[in-house]
Amino acid sequence: MNETLRHVRHVLTENPVTLGAAGLFVFFVLAALLGPSLAPYDPFASDAARALQPPSLRHWFGTDALGRDIFSRVLVATRLDMAIAVSSVILAFAFGTLAGLAAGFLGGATDQAIGRLVDTIMAFPLFVLAMGIVAALGNTVTNIVLATAIINFPLYVRVARAETAQRKSAGFIEAARLSGDGETAILFGQLLPNILPIMMVQASLTMGYAILNAAGLSFIGLGVRPPTPEWGIMVAEGAGLMISGEWWVALFPGLVLMLAVFCFNLLGDALRDIVDPRRRS
Amino acid sequence: MLTLIGRRLAAAIPSVIGVVVVTFVLTRALPGDPAAYFAGPNADAKAIAEIRTALGLDRSLPEQFVRYVGDLLRGDLGQSLSTGRPVLVELASRLPASLELTLLGLVISLAIALPLGILAATRPNSWVDHLCRVIVTLGVSMPTFFTGLVLVYVFYFLLGWSPAPLGRLDAFFSSPPDRTGLYLVDSLLAGDAETFVAAAGQLVLPAATLAIFTLAPLARMTRASMLAVLSADFIRTARASGLSGGTVVFAYAFRNAMLPVVTTLGMVFSFLLGANVLVEKVFAWPGIGSYAIEALIAADYAPIQGFVLTMALLYVVLNLSIDLLYGIIDPRLEPAA
Amino acid sequence: MQAGGKWVAAAMLAAGVATAMPAAAQGRKDTLLVLVESGPNNLDIQGVGTSFRSYVASWNTHDRLVSFGTKTLADGTLSYDYTKIVGELAERYEFAPDGMSVTFYLRRGTTFHDGSPVTAKDVKWSFDRAVSVGGFPTFQMSAGSLTKPEQFEVIDDYTFKVKFLLKDKLTLPDMAVPVAAIYNSELAKKHATAADPWALDWLKNNVAAGGAFKLEKWTPGQETVYTRFDEWKNGPLPAMKRVILREVPSAGNRRALMEKGDADISIDLPPKDAAEISASGKYRIVGVPVENSLLYVGFAVKQAPFDNVKVRQALAYAIPYEAIMKTAVYGRGVPMFGAPSGEPKTAAWPQPFPYKTDIAKARALLAEAGFPNGFESTISIDLGDATVSEPAAVLLQESLAQAGVKTTINKVPGANWRGALAKKDLPIHIASFGGWLNFPDYWFYWGYHSQNGTFNTMGYQNPAMDKFIDAARYEDDTAKYEGAVKGFIQMAMTEVPRVPLYQQFMDVGFQKNITGYKYWFHRQLDFRQLVKN
Repeated sequence: MNETLRHVRHVLTENPVTLGAAGLFVFFVLAALLGPSLAPYDPFASDAARALQPPSLRHWFGTDALGRDIFSRVLVATRLDMAIAVSSVILAFAFGTLAGLAAGFLGGATDQAIGRLVDTIMAFPLFVLAMGIVAALGNTVTNIVLATAIINFPLYVRVARAETAQRKSAGFIEAARLSGDGETAILFGQLLPNILPIMMVQASLTMGYAILNAAGLSFIGLGVRPPTPEWGIMVAEGAGLMISGEWWVALFPGLVLMLAVFCFNLLGDALRDIVDPRRRS
Repeated sequence: MLTLIGRRLAAAIPSVIGVVVVTFVLTRALPGDPAAYFAGPNADAKAIAEIRTALGLDRSLPEQFVRYVGDLLRGDLGQSLSTGRPVLVELASRLPASLELTLLGLVISLAIALPLGILAATRPNSWVDHLCRVIVTLGVSMPTFFTGLVLVYVFYFLLGWSPAPLGRLDAFFSSPPDRTGLYLVDSLLAGDAETFVAAAGQLVLPAATLAIFTLAPLARMTRASMLAVLSADFIRTARASGLSGGTVVFAYAFRNAMLPVVTTLGMVFSFLLGANVLVEKVFAWPGIGSYAIEALIAADYAPIQGFVLTMALLYVVLNLSIDLLYGIIDPRLEPAA
Repeated sequence: MQAGGKWVAAAMLAAGVATAMPAAAQGRKDTLLVLVESGPNNLDIQGVGTSFRSYVASWNTHDRLVSFGTKTLADGTLSYDYTKIVGELAERYEFAPDGMSVTFYLRRGTTFHDGSPVTAKDVKWSFDRAVSVGGFPTFQMSAGSLTKPEQFEVIDDYTFKVKFLLKDKLTLPDMAVPVAAIYNSELAKKHATAADPWALDWLKNNVAAGGAFKLEKWTPGQETVYTRFDEWKNGPLPAMKRVILREVPSAGNRRALMEKGDADISIDLPPKDAAEISASGKYRIVGVPVENSLLYVGFAVKQAPFDNVKVRQALAYAIPYEAIMKTAVYGRGVPMFGAPSGEPKTAAWPQPFPYKTDIAKARALLAEAGFPNGFESTISIDLGDATVSEPAAVLLQESLAQAGVKTTINKVPGANWRGALAKKDLPIHIASFGGWLNFPDYWFYWGYHSQNGTFNTMGYQNPAMDKFIDAARYEDDTAKYEGAVKGFIQMAMTEVPRVPLYQQFMDVGFQKNITGYKYWFHRQLDFRQLVKN
């Protein structure tokens, strides 16, 4: 354990980029937790008199077409965007890991069935599948989470299956078996904890993708419902205003969205460096 | 070789069947009523009912499914209601547009990602490495529609360097004689330099958008793979025997590091073909992605089904080609493995 | 692969820098490049499921028997004149003394695009087809009491007679709408089959007609190209030789193309662009208020609490009219609120309703209706029409909340939207309606009558309202007619199943060298009068 901690410190200090990403991450977590109480303006309050004002000291990110303060909206949106990303990742993580474990451990017909399911999902153009799910079930936050989880599910299954299959006949499993552990106990007591770190890496890597996916759905009009602040929808709203010179409406939510995804991607890389000894430098 | 191809194709049949069934169910689960949509705004209940009968939508779902599968087996993907054309014809004319865009995007991406990856791998943990990492990660962190919009704004609207985002060709050009459907290739075959330049001009921004998004997986994989190879014994031997750094990196290490990159390339390609729907929307690109979006909004079943099926088949073929490519890059590998 | 990649990349760099394209510049003088949001799905306006976007193709490639006259609006823009019917394919027409039929005399020597002569046979075939194929065309013909093939009679090659079932002021105007197009019957019949006697399949992708423009090329999802029919005789020969309609889905891109001068005309301008470009003068915007097209807030009156008229009135007072006009519509509309009295002064339609934003009054009315603490509901908008209706819905939601009505906003994709409108189950919805024929009774027949057409999106049914509408429909006496019209307008004002917000503008952008634009009720671009200087 101590060695791991030391390694975490090593990774953080050795690599300035990772340190920066960690800082960003803390910032986003704080924004998600405290956003609504920190926002200088009501993110929903429109005001025709101050529509489309450029960034200023009063409105740091300017105002949108309805006169709402973009900084407040971007800040408040953090919680929702994080929530969508985290909950879809948790869903995909939970079901994907279980399915992968089952496939890798049991093999045979179970493996075949799960493998076919995964192949089928993978054969879909994934973004269009997500669009289809949201269009069919209705555009609510729950369905966006569900759609994102479904298109991420195969990745988790594949990793979990491969890692499980690799360890199935490893020494520590044999040892557990000899000491009289049942199959269930081995599966959840030994194998699951052992592949968990790898799965965590997978999770942090797909967080960013989950945010991008939700933003993409918003862009074509299948995202969260207006007037809920959400980064993707705000970029979509601002997209048409760029040509008329109101660049700030799309730019700031776009930049924050990019930073969040950026931060998750870098942290995912760092986490992989920590967890995966084969990559340690 | 042939038996391998046959076996792989046979193994893909269940997932293709799965795709056909899921797509059918999913399109029917869309809450919209295509008959009401296509009956037009002025239609009354009777007109809507007539359209429903004309489209065969008044039949039971199992009956519709049997008819759909029967049509599929005869190679008939049905008719699009939104564009009024057979889906097969539309897909055939739109697929080259998407392919050309995606391929060019990947070529640009490779042209940047490979050098970046190699550069990073030869100087691990230096500032160059960190910079490369930041650049490519930034690229993959931007939503493609956002990148596209910014590029259009800067390079077309502000600077005027790129032509109007009007699809594959400026309105005053006519498309080159159709051989492959890829305008760049067709215009070259026809010896029409002017059309080639015009088509390439239209491609630059959307392809760049795709390239920016795909830098990361390619560059990261190149770096990781190069690092692994550079620390391998045969490279040490080569260095020890006095070969220059450049020769070692390019002649020995690079060739051997290509395998994982090719796999990644295949994955990125199949992901992109489906994912560039948003880019196509931004650039008015007449590809299959934008076709699928429109169809989905209109609950136009046939094009959605046709699109998804095409993508699934492409995915199967692509995976197969990657496996075969493996054999070509590294003849020692047993393709069946 | 590497070498090839570099080579292509180098070529692309060169392309990015290249600016002069001499061959492309040729032909620009006689060619119009028009930007549209999306294109046709069927070239046959009488086809199954032909979309609104297809009408432009039919209008410019076909002739009608008659057309509307031309008038000049206050700002100098040309407009069709619904009070005058003039000949197009018919040189002249005359009513029978008993007023129960009309005879058309066709222009001699006119031909279809394939060179065959246009005769009364073709007219009859076209009209027979319109009333027989079912769906929208049949329905539109019936709006003018044209329902049976027996009504259409060929007297000789150049004389055609339409017999009336009853006297209907809409019969003649209805023969000037896009649906009443004249087809080349011999050519079409060659492609008819036993299963498809009206050649619907073939005409979907082919034009058999004799209008001022021929179809050169149709690439769905990309462009439609038209060339002038040089033998056209039913009017002055159009100035433009070629017209290209390019589909550009992004409004921002359409605006950029116009500002850079890369396109000549842009249809489908969002109100914000229209307002800003009008102000900046970078290019010319022609905005004509569409005669009877209103954006409105509708209530599903069969559902509680909207079955209570007090609730509907309360909501009409809770709508933020001024804010919507300013931040959602950018002033590109004629306000339909704030009339001083609930009594219509004239029989003109549309006219403002007697509501303005008054939250206190809304609360009081809600309390009277038994909802002192408000209620919860949903505001639905069409995803495809979100440019205006989404900001309007957000403002509406905010304002309703002040009156105690909590709402969520539901963006409905196109197909779901039509389906839901047909079911009439959208509690609060923002939608628009404009009829082709500019008569108040026509508008109310579709919008408020118990026959419950698609545009009665509220599912409003009231025998008293029907009585006024039916009375006006076939009334010849002006005073009685106006009385009935005032009657139903007043009832619409007090009953408020729908609250009109504003009369929509049809905004079209032109480069300064393009003149001759003519506004049409069908809101399609007519290429014939356009000139590029």
